[in-house]
Amino acid sequence: MKKILAVLLILVLVLGTFTACGGAKEPAKAAEPLTVGFIYVGPIGDGGFTYAHDQGRIYLEDYFKGAVKTIYQESVPETMQDVTNAAKNMIDQGAKVIFTTSFGFMDATEALATQYPDVIFMHFSGFKMNETNFGNYFGAMEEARYLSGIVAGMKTKTNKIGYVAAFPYTELLIGINAFTLGAQSVNKDATVSVVWTNSWFDPAKEKDAATALLDQGCDVLAQHVDTTGPQIAAEERGVWAIGYNSDSSAAAPNAFMTAPVWNHGIYYVAQIQKVIDGTWKPESYYGTMADGYIGLLPLTAVAPEGAQAKVDEIQAKIVAGTFPIFTGPIFDQTGKEVVPAGKSLTREEIWKMDYLVKGVQGSLK
Amino acid sequence: MLRIIKREDVSKRQSILIRFIAILLSLVFSGVFIFILGFNPIEVFGNMVIGALGTEMRIKETIIKAIPLIITSLGILVAFKMKFWNIGGEGQIIMGAFAATYIALNYSDNFSRPVVLILMMLAAMITGGIWAFIPAFFKVKFGTNETIFTLMMNYIALKWVTYLQYGPWKDPNSQGFPKVANFEVNAILPSVFGIHIGWIIAIVLTIIIAIFMNYTKKGYEITVVGESIDTAKYAGMNIKMIVITAMLISGGLCGLTGMIQASAIEKTLTVSLSGGYGFTAIITTWLSNLKAPFVLMTSLAFAVLLQGGSYIQIAMQVPSSVADMIQGMILFFVLGSEFFIRYTIGLKSKEVA
Repeated sequence: MKKILAVLLILVLVLGTFTACGGAKEPAKAAEPLTVGFIYVGPIGDGGFTYAHDQGRIYLEDYFKGAVKTIYQESVPETMQDVTNAAKNMIDQGAKVIFTTSFGFMDATEALATQYPDVIFMHFSGFKMNETNFGNYFGAMEEARYLSGIVAGMKTKTNKIGYVAAFPYTELLIGINAFTLGAQSVNKDATVSVVWTNSWFDPAKEKDAATALLDQGCDVLAQHVDTTGPQIAAEERGVWAIGYNSDSSAAAPNAFMTAPVWNHGIYYVAQIQKVIDGTWKPESYYGTMADGYIGLLPLTAVAPEGAQAKVDEIQAKIVAGTFPIFTGPIFDQTGKEVVPAGKSLTREEIWKMDYLVKGVQGSLK
Repeated sequence: MLRIIKREDVSKRQSILIRFIAILLSLVFSGVFIFILGFNPIEVFGNMVIGALGTEMRIKETIIKAIPLIITSLGILVAFKMKFWNIGGEGQIIMGAFAATYIALNYSDNFSRPVVLILMMLAAMITGGIWAFIPAFFKVKFGTNETIFTLMMNYIALKWVTYLQYGPWKDPNSQGFPKVANFEVNAILPSVFGIHIGWIIAIVLTIIIAIFMNYTKKGYEITVVGESIDTAKYAGMNIKMIVITAMLISGGLCGLTGMIQASAIEKTLTVSLSGGYGFTAIITTWLSNLKAPFVLMTSLAFAVLLQGGSYIQIAMQVPSSVADMIQGMILFFVLGSEFFIRYTIGLKSKEVA
């Protein structure tokens, strides 16, 4: 027993020395860079969602050249415990601004904003905010989704388009509906079959879902999940795919046609500039194609002929603000008119969407 | 030629020494891997300790991670003492959290805060206990293998809560996002000295389990069953009852962990709530040599590893898998060392087989 105690004592002493060393190592700098933290739901190498955010982080750090230091934690589960712990460890490292980049981080971010009034929090894709230090940001992804729908609608020969989606909630319903309207604008007979994976990041499940869609005769796949799984499945069958979040043509060179993308870097730079200038205030930012936050990648060689011209034409109208995506008449799956002719949905109305439009195969569960 | 010889009797000191060497070796091997990844292992380990114990905030975070480990380990200890391999801690935690959530969502307004919390605890312990009782029942009745049985029960629990989260219990105010509604204040455990009250529960339970195992008839019976079923039979003990009682306690404690995590940490029910504590607790229990007071130490040590692990990710931008790997290494070496505690390898022995 005494020996164990002795060993323990030695351990404590050794650990103590470590602590002492660590404390002494931190140098006192004259001008401390602003530390900005990023909490990611997936690994930065997912080739999609988290990758896109991380590209934004790198862009931010490069832009401010030493005046901004970024830190991140990847693969953080959507639980209070993990998000809170990650944020606390970041604040502990001097973070003054923290971006939480998944919908499921919302409640934790809200609680953290109350607990740390001196730290600025910005949450991606949520609807909560406060008056002092907690804002949110998102964008009109429906614009790029609509355009990618045009590409899919022109490409499909079977008139069956597959759509691998994560969770049946508003953000995804908006995307699926915009995509379907885009496809139907060039191909009246096109239908969109949806499969839910109930996970943001699950390469195997996403690929399985994609394969199931291909087995049903779909020859173009689109996605609202975070990996390249569906595109790879399409590549293996010799059909076509539309990615999401970033250019993943390398993963599926013969299938990849284009992808709706987020240019997070632009937003991160603008926000951090405001923080540095002392003019930052919480807002609910909603980026658009017009301000460059949302984009559609240039079509690849496998995209259908004439699609680029059509996309450019509509995109010009969207940017000019003369082409609201959700303009009636729009019918839901049961054939009920949900948007009357001549009416266009506002942002608030879009975010109340709780239906799938006519031509979408699949339920809300 | 090498021969494997069963050790006749192993002194306590020897077995502790072997386990200690195992941990040391696991750190050395993890160090090699960390080095290959391009980091300085000494710096990484040093930073882990700093990250877990360096400041008051970090110590609090470490304790928050230690609480579920301690309580779950105590539960697993009771089963392991009987040589009943309860690998189902994870499922028992989830079922406990499920029962607590049922109370929290339906009865928060009906009673005062202490009553709601106590009801949640009772519901969690009973449901966790039932989840452990099922494999125990089949074990005593039909002699099924409890390791496989308890392991599989985890997946049933997981799927059940997944179903609730995506189906009937989905919060209608979450814009369709699959999450269960947040608890009201009445269903949230209070904090004492900046950490939720779970730390007091953990300490009290450690004392209770230590007394229970060492100074009560039931505790003694559990130990005897673990040592030798024949002896227990000869002494006229009701083995079936002992196994079932022990498993009810074991599952009940794991269920309580679920309640604490749901109430104090998540403030709701989610499938990822158990966070692997049910499995990590197997390591901490084993390292404690099945002694309740040591559970406190091993759980704290592992919490240091967990908190240090997430700290180094942010401070040094080390990949998240490094901390998992170190844990895996420790488990591998500690389980491997059991072989050397029971057997010794010698050159050609004089004994004739």
